[in-house]
Amino acid sequence: MVAQNIGFAIIAALMVIGAIRVVTTSNVVHAALWLVVVLAGAAAQYILLAAEFVAITQVLVYIGAVMVLFLFGTMLTRSRIGRDSGLNNSYAKLGIPVAIVLFATMALALSRSFGTEKLPTDGSLVSTQQISDQIFGPYLLPFWALSFVLLAAVIGAIVLARKD
Amino acid sequence: MLVNQFLFLAALLFCIGVYGVIARKNAVLVLMSIELILNAVNLNFVAFALRNGNADGHTFALYIIAIAAAEVGVGLGLVLLIFRNRRTISLDDLSEMKG
Repeated sequence: MVAQNIGFAIIAALMVIGAIRVVTTSNVVHAALWLVVVLAGAAAQYILLAAEFVAITQVLVYIGAVMVLFLFGTMLTRSRIGRDSGLNNSYAKLGIPVAIVLFATMALALSRSFGTEKLPTDGSLVSTQQISDQIFGPYLLPFWALSFVLLAAVIGAIVLARKD
Repeated sequence: MLVNQFLFLAALLFCIGVYGVIARKNAVLVLMSIELILNAVNLNFVAFALRNGNADGHTFALYIIAIAAAEVGVGLGLVLLIFRNRRTISLDDLSEMKG
């Protein structure tokens, strides 16, 4: 129990530092690399939450595919590879109070609703077989819709990015 | 482990992502902030799946990962198109729709 909490604390600290660097760094490539830290930390948290399949999917799809897309996007839009002072809005400081008020509201609601409720530690873990039973059972229709969304996204991305 | 430690982490990530969406001008960085927000939501789903002991949260987390991948693909396609036509991806310069 203690080891899990220590692991959680270390990974959570890394994720928060990474997320803050993503939104504050003045270098687009560094932001993409800090985003890798956050995504890998999220995968580690999924392992802590006994969700191996989601964790592996996170590593494959996010760190494998989405990050490559981001790096290509950075390269093709010829963002400055080094430091760039023009990444923030003129009203960027307005975001700080918005984020703080939002977090305060959510923290209040969460601590009132869940307090010190503990996660169950006995049995009742979700297996990958159960996930597949869900996807190909009650959630089959959203799965089909998702397939069409992916198809439309692939075709749309090709149509948008094609030169002619 | 408490339920709340995961929910607080997710809330913090969500707020940082919201700050990024507000503060950033570069379109690629705004898309990265949106990824932070989507990851915070996923963390909530998986935490509640463990709390309630069923697989619905995992299923939704997987669907959200797929939707996020599609969103990034189309989003970066749009950004590329805007860059090709305007030679800039600064969101402050895209103001034709302003009345």
